Amino acid sequence: MAIAEDLAREQRSISVAEFFEKNKHLLGFDSPTRGIITTIKEAVDNALDACEEAEVLPDIFVSIRKVETEVYRITVEDNGPGIVPENIPFVFGKLLYGSRFHQIRQSRGQQGIGISAAVLYAQLTTGTPALVVSRTGAREKAHRFELMIKTETNEPEIISHEEIEWDRTHGTRLEIQFKSTLAAKKRLLDYLRLTAIVNPHARITADIDGEVTTFERASNEVPPCPRPILPHPHGIEFGALKRLADASNGTVKEFLIDNFSRVGEKTADEMIGVAGLRPTRKVKRLDADELKRLLDAMQSVKVPAPPAQQCLSPIGEDLICRGLEKEIQLDFVRARTRPSAVHGGHSFIIEAAIGYGGKLPAEGNARILRFANRVPLLYQQGACAITNAVSQVNWRNYGLSQQGLPVGQVLIMVHVASTNVPFTSESKDAVASIPEIEREIVLVLQELGRELKTYLSRRERKKQQDDRARAVCSIIPEIAAKVSEIVELPLVDTSPIEGRIMRKVVAKKRTSNGRVCIEVNNYTGREVALILYNLSRDTAEDAEPGPDFVDDIGGEYNKVWRCTLDAGEAWQVVYTGTGDGTLDLRGVEDSMKVVVDLDV
Amino acid sequence: MSREEMDAIAKERLVGIAREWYDQMQNGIVPYVRLPTRTKQNIEYDDESEVWKYGERESTRAATTEKSAIHLLKMAYVIGFLKQQLEENRSSTLRELYYISEGWKKAKFSAQDESNLLIEDLEIITDVQREAFHLRPEEDGASIFGPLRIRETTRRGVKEIHCQEDVGEAGYPIPNNVDTLDFVDHDAKFVIAIETGGMYARLMENGFDEEYGAILVHLKGQPARSTRRVLRRLNESLDLPVVVFTDGDPWSYRIYASVAYGSIKSAHMSELLATPRAQFVGVQPTDISDYNLPSDKLTEQDINALKAELTDPRFATEYWHNQINLQLEMKLKSEQQAFASRGLDFVTKEYLPTRLSEMGVI
Repeated sequence: MAIAEDLAREQRSISVAEFFEKNKHLLGFDSPTRGIITTIKEAVDNALDACEEAEVLPDIFVSIRKVETEVYRITVEDNGPGIVPENIPFVFGKLLYGSRFHQIRQSRGQQGIGISAAVLYAQLTTGTPALVVSRTGAREKAHRFELMIKTETNEPEIISHEEIEWDRTHGTRLEIQFKSTLAAKKRLLDYLRLTAIVNPHARITADIDGEVTTFERASNEVPPCPRPILPHPHGIEFGALKRLADASNGTVKEFLIDNFSRVGEKTADEMIGVAGLRPTRKVKRLDADELKRLLDAMQSVKVPAPPAQQCLSPIGEDLICRGLEKEIQLDFVRARTRPSAVHGGHSFIIEAAIGYGGKLPAEGNARILRFANRVPLLYQQGACAITNAVSQVNWRNYGLSQQGLPVGQVLIMVHVASTNVPFTSESKDAVASIPEIEREIVLVLQELGRELKTYLSRRERKKQQDDRARAVCSIIPEIAAKVSEIVELPLVDTSPIEGRIMRKVVAKKRTSNGRVCIEVNNYTGREVALILYNLSRDTAEDAEPGPDFVDDIGGEYNKVWRCTLDAGEAWQVVYTGTGDGTLDLRGVEDSMKVVVDLDV
Repeated sequence: MSREEMDAIAKERLVGIAREWYDQMQNGIVPYVRLPTRTKQNIEYDDESEVWKYGERESTRAATTEKSAIHLLKMAYVIGFLKQQLEENRSSTLRELYYISEGWKKAKFSAQDESNLLIEDLEIITDVQREAFHLRPEEDGASIFGPLRIRETTRRGVKEIHCQEDVGEAGYPIPNNVDTLDFVDHDAKFVIAIETGGMYARLMENGFDEEYGAILVHLKGQPARSTRRVLRRLNESLDLPVVVFTDGDPWSYRIYASVAYGSIKSAHMSELLATPRAQFVGVQPTDISDYNLPSDKLTEQDINALKAELTDPRFATEYWHNQINLQLEMKLKSEQQAFASRGLDFVTKEYLPTRLSEMGVI
């Protein structure tokens, strides 16, 4: 009895802010290094969401400045619609305050925890308030707030508030200071780069302790903002159903039709029939048992998928490719957007891309880029359904080696867009293993794998052709020279072999004793009109014949010759130079030409 | 055949290869060579000479890929070099040839194995031994100890040597070129070729050569060409039986096979190198159980090697299949020196006399 009373004195409610204080890792603030990334991620996510809603092209500025040892000031500024002054304290100074929590549509942020958690984290580590400046339009003044969070009550505390002049017509700026390190600088830049890839319409400028990096936009079109939809009957749970029912004045039938997407007269009748209810009953009068029966009926009746086009905003195949190509050098890239599908009543769309070659590292596992609702996932790759799905695909079928993950110069990008992305935890690092989602990922990767295979085998064929071209055009002449010397006869002419084997237009560059010689032979059976490009540091002033024109590209000279060759005709140019650089031939299709650089 | 004639033939055949390529290229044909496939699938027993030779299978190497073209280029450089060497009456070792290729740019050898293989290719195409190209092997031959008198023509005159009386404990070392060697006379009943130096010394120390009239030949592992040629000549010209005494593991069986049947690598010269009548003494897998010899477990590689031997045409006899299958069952191998477990004299007093009389050698 006495113990219970003692305990009772200690029992009290815990504010969400207090809870967070003790459980920072749940929201991605497990270490100072990670805190900096999480903060910027939350701020950038919010900025992108806001710009999308306002249909403006996002222009986001991120800066990290060292203020004193281990203390950094983080600034994130956007050109979004701004926040009305009355709401600013709540957006930044109260956990679980947000506009998108109750909406069913694709968005980056959702619960309204992220940014206020960052404010709280700053307050916990340095005790300094967050500084917020926001302006909603040209006719409004900007408002400047200094904010803190009262941890016991989870309410904002306004330290100061004033109206100020600001050079932006609309937008929001957040400045917070906290203890951290710049150990994760590379990771931070990676995060921004990845964000730029899946938001090709955004320009992001990062100033990290004076070092400025700009991720330019690849598209000037604002993606359509996803619009909220009604909940789907398959995605509803008891609590939500009860709340909706309590708020309704209609009959069961009216309730079903008005409050859920894809439910018409017929579907509603069927559900009511299965639940064994009278359609004319007021829904708010149903007891818990009846509601439970209705819920079961809603789940069991077949209902078309939710209207995904409206509530989801996939990036699109073209923009994914453009986004990847602008940030990562690749030899091959293909993207696919799958038709929408459903998991537990929530719409989702899987998009994926495969990149190959270029500047990707030749060794080790494939690079996996994971995204959920246009937000890069940086941590817990191993625990993510995306990674799992990637390993489920048999990549050997598509010409890659595989050890769980595919191995080699490959990049695999997967984007899960959904009205409800199932994360494994609140820090939103990994997508939970949902069979419907994994299945869609496997399917899209298989489609892309087939395209990769086509590309790789074409590349292999090209390599064999090049190999043959090298043998024929470079080594056989050497064999000829040696053999002629041994048999003590005049040098045997190997051009008949070249012609017979190649049957193509062959361009060869060879440098000896400071003389560059470019020779073109037309071994095809028809006349060809060619343009020859030779880009190198050589000016080729003494070239014979002289080039038709020369482009000076910052110290390199692109020399261009035009020539028309009859079937079997040969052409050559000689000039003084080092012979570095490249040779290219235009005017004949790729399959009909061979360019051999004998200097490499 | 005089030395001059030999040189002329070697040079003519080498230049012949180049001439063929020259003609091919002049006719607009990509130069190529044809060679028998040098694998165990392509060795066949030749009834007439009683040795294993390359079969019908041929592969064509044409300069249509960069790799093959470079191979031909290397061959052209080697032919050019050998031609010059023959003209100037110089000679070089296989190792020197490898180093000379340093100056050949694209035709440079990446390892000595590559140049050795290429020389073997040339031997096959020209049907002339590398000695005729004035190329010497690096490997030294093994040694002989026993009642045999030989005459060797050295650069410093002709010497007669008795392989028991005129030599030290190491025996008479076999020279690289055994063409300079003649057998004068002998007092031997048979030749025993021994894998390890330890057993060679044991037989010498125990006086096995004197007691049984045996010529001891130390093989030093996988025997050099010169050693194999000496064994063949002892068998052919002196009509002495040759027996081979090795360890009891798959690698040692291959030593026996290369003495008796020729090796896969030099099947083109089996007629000169192999001693088809050579018999295997042991250690046989049956010896391991019969004499309860100390043994080791077979390794994974041993097992794979034994299994490979079951498909090797050189081991395609009932005797070998029984022995190999028995060993695979026992999963054990023994060294020839394991007989020491029954005393140092056991091998010369018990094992060899019993086994050799069983084989009809003594």
